[in-house]
Order: sequence, then structure tokens, then C-alpha cells
Amino acid sequence: MIAAPPEPQAPGLGDFANHDLLEVSMGPHHPSTHGVFRMNVVLDGERVVKLTPVFGYLHRNHEKIAEKNSYLASIPYTDRLDYICSMTNNWAYVLSVEKLAGLMVAERAEYIRVIVAELTRLFNHACLAGFLLQDMGALGTPLMYAFREREKILDLFESLSGSRMMCNYMRFGGCRCDLPAGWREQAAKVAADFVFFLDQFEALLSENEILRARSEGVGVLPRGLAVNAGVTGPGLRASGVNYDVRKVDRYGIYDRFKFRVPLGERGDVFDRYMVRILEMRESVKILDQALRDIPAGAIMDPKVKLRNLRPKPGEAYGRIESPKGELGFYLISDGGPTPWRYRVRPPSLINLTVLEDMCLGHTIADVVIILGSIDIVLGEVDR
Amino acid sequence: MHTLEQIKDRIAAAFPGVPLEVIPNASPANQASLLLPPGRAREIAKFLRDEPELRFDYASNVTGVDWPEKTVKEKVKVKKIIDGVEKEAEELAERKTPAFLEAVYHLYSMALGQGPLIIRLRTGNRTDRVALPSLTPVWRSCEFQEREIFDLFGIEFEGHPDLRRILMWDNFADHPMRKDYVPAEPEEAQP
Repeated sequence: MIAAPPEPQAPGLGDFANHDLLEVSMGPHHPSTHGVFRMNVVLDGERVVKLTPVFGYLHRNHEKIAEKNSYLASIPYTDRLDYICSMTNNWAYVLSVEKLAGLMVAERAEYIRVIVAELTRLFNHACLAGFLLQDMGALGTPLMYAFREREKILDLFESLSGSRMMCNYMRFGGCRCDLPAGWREQAAKVAADFVFFLDQFEALLSENEILRARSEGVGVLPRGLAVNAGVTGPGLRASGVNYDVRKVDRYGIYDRFKFRVPLGERGDVFDRYMVRILEMRESVKILDQALRDIPAGAIMDPKVKLRNLRPKPGEAYGRIESPKGELGFYLISDGGPTPWRYRVRPPSLINLTVLEDMCLGHTIADVVIILGSIDIVLGEVDR
Repeated sequence: MHTLEQIKDRIAAAFPGVPLEVIPNASPANQASLLLPPGRAREIAKFLRDEPELRFDYASNVTGVDWPEKTVKEKVKVKKIIDGVEKEAEELAERKTPAFLEAVYHLYSMALGQGPLIIRLRTGNRTDRVALPSLTPVWRSCEFQEREIFDLFGIEFEGHPDLRRILMWDNFADHPMRKDYVPAEPEEAQP
């Protein structure tokens, strides 16, 4: 006689003994967790009934180290937070210090900041799409196409800052060095070529039946939950919430550019993929305008003193729209040479709050792509 | 867009008799904050989230700050009798600030596009009265961040659904982000 399968029940530890539930420790060394991240997943067959994220494998108490360093000495260390996008980390930090100390930024440097931040957004989103496809089983090809484009942008960053990934490029009141000769033309060419890459990428993928079957209706994040759980970035906008810090705060000079904020409708994995593709097209538009309008002039505000910076006692919270979401720095000065409190608001960590809600009831293979669609970097999650 | 004073007046109208204090911020950022009494903090947070004209639906940044006891030297005017005549003189007086831990919440409104509203909660001291009400039931985004404050600063959030260490390991004893934290000597490597 074959026993009837057990009725599905609400998850809770007390029920686990009754069924054949399996607890799987996924990570910290798992190719799909994008770093040293662990999930304790409880499975009923292939369905997820409980998921607990485990953090801290890459914890190095970044904030404590920064509270013992001078303001200037923390800039290269912010590169290591979200180590894919060092330029936007630099920007969020210097923006907060500029708010705290009331510093002005040179006009040309504002344009350079926008240009490097949008280039960063381009390759971050392209790589994320590549990784997502890799997680779905399209081994190699889409990711390598994305990495080929990323390499062109990293070449630009290397000629600008001397380093491909750990750029350490921005300073309070401006940037560290001016654009080398011919950089602007080269960047314009990379941006123009990127549109062709996007067209090609989309022709191969966006209408692809396997991609759509795997991603549509999977990992739905309702709008209300997304707002309440503090999800930011493309993940929030895929759920249909029109909130982009570039538009809300208009930090830097983002009020001078024309661009739109793409929104999703259902908030599933496909929408999160598609919002990123559309955001890249908008970033190219911003790049075109910034590269066209960039003025000549100094790249540092002459009044800013970089060394021995001692802001007046007080506090400031500055935030930017990093490729992963709202990246903020909260600084308290007590008048001394080091910050009394230095806090990073990590978008990757806070976007993970809803991971369990998105995964419940889906299969273990879907957990992989749901995590992939959130876009986390463990250097920032664990700090 | 509401100013901090307007928001404070609204809270005072909805919760009569609740002590509210504006903490000034001298930096050019000009982000003053509002100190709430811990006992009523969750009700006030719900009010801030649900009131149709405020709608602070998004708690962006939640963090802790450690304020150990400090000695502040101040000039105080004292009346003294010098050469038989009463005169005002200045004297240096030492004053001790109380020690406490602080939780800071940066709130924004996605619905109305306003913010930041900064609210602060303070514990009684740094040793045994370190409990504060958790605001995770109001904003889910506080969940991991309050766990992090519990882990690194040692504030105990009452009513938090899952208050465990998040970055340090479970049997770690101290709170590394406190100002008086001394790291343990590294264990010697076994040959």
C-alpha cells in the first residue's frame, strides 16, 4: 500500500520530524552564492520550506578600522566593500565627507564622477546578467560576452586611475587625477559600442524561451514588502516602485541629465533582469550627455585640504544610487582627525532581508537564480 | 516637505505629554535629529509610518553609536569676592556626560519623497540597562541592521523576531564596535 503524500503545512521546526524534510547547508563554498555566503535551506522534496541566511565569513570590521584611520586613509579601503564597483563606493564616501565638512566639488570632477559611476553601472549590470544566466545553466557564453565588455571599461579605469578594480580615484572636493589624453574619445567609443553589445545580448536572451520559462513568475517580490523591507536599487524598481536616489536626491549633477527610470510590473526574476538591461540603456544616454558637456578646468576644489581634515563636530548621512541599491555612509565627527562613528549602509545586506520570502515554495534550483537576481557582493554584505 | 519642528509638533499633538527632544547638528549637513523616549518609540514609529501626511515608509539606515562617559571642561561664571569687592570671574569646571548607547534610524518617505528624518533612541547606560524596543515590527528593513547593532554594540532589542549575532560567531563574548573594546590576544598556532 502506498501512503498518501503529506499535506503541505506551514513551516516550523516542530513539523520537520513528521515528513522527510532535508536540511541542506548551501555554501559558504558554493559556486552560485557569489562568494562566501551560506544558506541553511530546509527542503520538502525539492521545495523550500525554510531558508536562513548565514553571514560573517568575510567580516573584517571595516567600520572599526575606519574609525581608527584618518578621513583620507579610508578612501582606498572603501574600494574593498563592493569590490566590483569601487568607483561608486568612493563616491558615496567622499560625498558624505563633503556633506560633513561642507566642501565644494570642482565642476569638471562632478562630470568625471558621473561618467565613471555610469560606466560602473554598465559593467555591473552586464556581469550580473551574465552571472544570472550562468546560474540558469547557460554555462560560460553570456558571462564571457559580459566580461569582454567589462574588460573594455576596466581598461579605461586603468588608464585613468592606474588600477583596474581598486581604483582609489575620488578625493574630497574632486578627483585624484585628470583624464589622460584621448580618454574621452575612447570612453565615447566604448559607450557607443555598448549599445551594439546590448542589442546582441538581448537578441540572444530576452526572448529566449528557456530564460523566460525559468524566470517568469519566480521569486515574486510584492511592492509593499519591498518598500517595508528596505529593498533598493533595481530589485525595488522591478517591483514597480519609482524610487531612484539619482532622481530623488539629485546628488552631484544628476539634475542636468535627461534619463528615465525603468520600472517592472510583477517583481519576478525576469523583471529584475529586464530592469537592469533597460537601466544600462539609460546609463549610455547619461554617458553620451556627460561626455559631450564636460567642461575644462580644475579637477580639485582649491580650498579643500585633504590631509589633516578635521570636520567640526556634527554628523552627516550621504547616499548615492550604487548599482546594487542605496549605498550610504553615516559619519559622526567629534572634531578630531578620525571619525567618531563611521557606518556603511550596505545595500547588498539589506536586500537579502526578503530572500526567504521570495524563495518559499520554490525549488532549490530557483533559489539559485533568485539569489542571483538580487545581486550581492560579499565584501559589502559582511564588511 | 515637513521640517523637523513640524514633525515634532505633529507627534506631540498625537502623543500628548511624551518628552521629545531635538538634537541639533552643527555640521554643514544640517541634519538635526529627534530623540524619542524608548517606552513609546514603537507607537511613535507606527504613527510616523502610517500618518497620511508623513508616511515615512522606508527605514533606510539603522545603526548604533557608543558614547562612553566623557569629562567636558567648561568655563563657568562664578561670583567671587576679590579684594572685598564682589566680581564675576570665569572658572574651569569639569562636568561628566552620562554614558549610553544610541540607536539611530534614518527614515525616508518613498511615497511622498521626503526625508531624511533621523530618530534616536538611547539606553540607560552601557552596562546593564541596554534594552531598547525593536522597530523591526514596523519596518522589516531593521531586521538585519538591529541584529548587527546587537552583535557589535550590545543593545538588546525587545520584540525583535530573531535576535542573534549576525557577523561575529555565536559564542563570541564581546561587542567589537564599542570604544573600549580590546581584542583578545591571538591564540598561538599549533605546531
